[in-house]
Amino acid sequence: MTDFWVTNFQVLFSGLALGSIYALVALGFVLIIRATNVVNFAQGDFAMLGGFAMVAFLAAGLPYWLAIIMALVMMGVFGIIFNLGVYYPLRNRSYLPVIISTLGASIFMQNTVLYIFGPQPKPMEKVFATQGINVGGVFMDTQYLTILGVTAIALLFQYVLFEKTLLGKKLQATSQDKDMARLVGIPVAWMIAFTFCYSAVLGGVAGILVSPVLFVSIGMGSIIALKAFSATIIGGFGDVTGAIVGGLLLGVVEAFGAQYISVPYKDAFAFLLLFIFLLLRPQGIFGEKVSEKA
Amino acid sequence: MMKKIVLALIIGVLVAILPYFIKVSPYVLNMFMQAATYAIVVLGMTVVLGYTGQINLAQATFFGLGAYAVGLGTTDWGISFWLSLALGVAAATVAGFVLGLTTLRLKGHYLAMITISFQQIFDLVMVNWIGVTHGPDGIAGIGRPSLFGLSLTDDRAYLLLCLAVLYIAIYFVWQLPQTQLGRAMRAVRENELAAEVTGIDSLKIKVTAFTMSATLAGLGGAFYAAGFAYISPDNFNFARSIEFLTMVLLGGAQSAFGGVLGTGLLILLPEWLRFLKEVYLAVYGLAVILIMVFLPTGIWGLFSAWRTKYKKIDKIDASGFATLDIQISTSDTTPILSLNNVQKHFGGVKAVDGISLDVSRGMIHALIGPNGSGKTTILNVLNGIYRATNGSIVCDGVNITDKTPHERASLGIGRTFQNIRLFPSLSVLENVMVGAQRANNPIEPGRAALRARALSALKFVGMAEEAEVIVQNLPYGHQRLVEIARALAGYPKFLLLDEPAAGLNQTEKKSLANLLKRLKGHGITIFLIEHDMSLIEEVSDKITVLNFGKKIVEGDPSYVLRHPEVMAAYLGEADHGAA
Repeated sequence: MTDFWVTNFQVLFSGLALGSIYALVALGFVLIIRATNVVNFAQGDFAMLGGFAMVAFLAAGLPYWLAIIMALVMMGVFGIIFNLGVYYPLRNRSYLPVIISTLGASIFMQNTVLYIFGPQPKPMEKVFATQGINVGGVFMDTQYLTILGVTAIALLFQYVLFEKTLLGKKLQATSQDKDMARLVGIPVAWMIAFTFCYSAVLGGVAGILVSPVLFVSIGMGSIIALKAFSATIIGGFGDVTGAIVGGLLLGVVEAFGAQYISVPYKDAFAFLLLFIFLLLRPQGIFGEKVSEKA
Repeated sequence: MMKKIVLALIIGVLVAILPYFIKVSPYVLNMFMQAATYAIVVLGMTVVLGYTGQINLAQATFFGLGAYAVGLGTTDWGISFWLSLALGVAAATVAGFVLGLTTLRLKGHYLAMITISFQQIFDLVMVNWIGVTHGPDGIAGIGRPSLFGLSLTDDRAYLLLCLAVLYIAIYFVWQLPQTQLGRAMRAVRENELAAEVTGIDSLKIKVTAFTMSATLAGLGGAFYAAGFAYISPDNFNFARSIEFLTMVLLGGAQSAFGGVLGTGLLILLPEWLRFLKEVYLAVYGLAVILIMVFLPTGIWGLFSAWRTKYKKIDKIDASGFATLDIQISTSDTTPILSLNNVQKHFGGVKAVDGISLDVSRGMIHALIGPNGSGKTTILNVLNGIYRATNGSIVCDGVNITDKTPHERASLGIGRTFQNIRLFPSLSVLENVMVGAQRANNPIEPGRAALRARALSALKFVGMAEEAEVIVQNLPYGHQRLVEIARALAGYPKFLLLDEPAAGLNQTEKKSLANLLKRLKGHGITIFLIEHDMSLIEEVSDKITVLNFGKKIVEGDPSYVLRHPEVMAAYLGEADHGAA
């Protein structure tokens, strides 16, 4: 391959890996949007928390695999606590108090972690010690490959969970019509608690995966969350496929933008793409236009 | 009212001149300066979030635009403070307008996220565009202005200036809710769809609110920069936007005083919470959640709720109010409304499948049909909530097929809803005044005329005595009447009523029938959906029957209600299966 193509494939590869992280967090967003009709603005901080939990467990001397399990279990428990403290008391109010409450939770989480771990970003080892493989001149970092692989598995898992199991059907029923779901005996409150639990774990997975690439820092969650949310809008609000496609697209746009236009402004490309979508196609790639019922 | 203003002014002046009489440390003076400039910014949040119900998480960027204009203007560019201030406020205003115009078509979550994105982009630019903004180093040595030859470099004099600006801003924001614009803002907050159908251009109102909010933020920023002489991007980041948000929520978003109170508290709070040190921000985050859960209307909201609880609302003597002066000519024989092959499809579902019908002037025309036959969809297509997939609608000679709901309202199309859509936390009178202020309403300009029209509409439906009551405290049947009065206040030539009798008892139904006939007497054409057949039989001149999105029968009541196809549609037919 010529240098031109090698460079572009290299950029595409890292863009897809980064995009996978956005997609994972975006998925967490979408699940909560579907279950509760509100956006959880602390979704990115789930990733941050997952990263720090991992750092703490590794520092405590746990082997890597056990640290992952412990961190994810912790995230699951945290998701339920989050639901109880931040969403549940406000479930019967409009979306605005909930948005603000999750913003408050985000500030709380970041600053509590800041207090415990200090402001210095923490490095984290990669899952595999090998550096990477070379395919036709394109260097594929093992961590990036891991990110892509784990994302694919997570998506498959979620597909099976939602489409092939009874629990998945109950979750879908909850997201479509809470009153009706309640009438047929689905414990709606538990379904919502499970959704928070599951999306906290998803966030944790994203955080653990991205930490060796980005360092673990207090602010890592906010910036990931903003892009993940942009991904959900670009893909189509509340659409699962849209979240994944939107996430990958954003990652790729960002990688190419940084390569060819500007590095300091790379975070701005995602937002510019978002603005363009909002102006030209606010319903996103897969979304349908919906009007309020009268 | 006048007494209140005088009292507030006296307190305000005393606070402002206090430092001249008592020795106040520069540190405390600085804190007051910060509080005064922040409060101006937070008043912007009161307008956009409190009054209009739109979230804005980029208030710090508008604040920053004002501050950077003064910072750069008085140092690098060498222009005067006042010119820099004008530039900064203009920049913030334009930015607010553009951002609002592009994003306010979208609903809450989008708006929250877009404003955050805007905030992040602003941050990136301030940090990275070092050639202009000095980057992370910030700008130092910002100059203070002089006014009428008097230098304001003295802290006490400058604080006086800041407070004067703040007081003007408070007065303005305090008075806003009672103006037409402010009432429209609150209507949009309470129920955007109903506001739109009542004739409010909701996008215009939201953009106006957003722009006003940005203007106030720019103003606050300009005074802040000169007050502190040094600014850097840290002063204008997302955390600051959240701080403004928390201030307005803690104090109470729906009142100007609430915002100012919240600002004061949150500036002082860090002083009192010094012992918390590093965990201060964590506590802050926690406080935000707790405010949302336990203090949804903020401190001021709690205070005013307590005040209204002990304030007795008197019934109003309605005998002196004018009678409703609507008289619409019905001499024209062309139909007031013509639907020509109107279709509305939702994906594959043909909710309305090619309906053509004419409504004659001055008639009560009923639309009936089993559940799911497309009745409400037709109403929604008629007043523009849905856009017709195909076909055309002509109202009084004007093709309205592609017009927005508020444009249709301005042509004199009124509407009530099956599930009542009022503005719950506004008073009965305010609800109806919103109806009266629609565009093109034949009414004299000014608040007095609006009020008179609203009261006469209320009197017409028999609700004038309750004018001062908050709508959500009214019983259901009365709310229905207020909704009709709201439509009436807009001088409608054509009224769409969606199941007006639903949920009413027999007596209420009887007076409703009466009311409909009286409306007809004023020349108002009524197109209504109803399930109560005895009411339909009593009032309607013509009935159209729908089934599965198609018109099946049309004619006068005695013909239609005994038509075999109608009976079949309602009761089912053996060979039809489940209809």
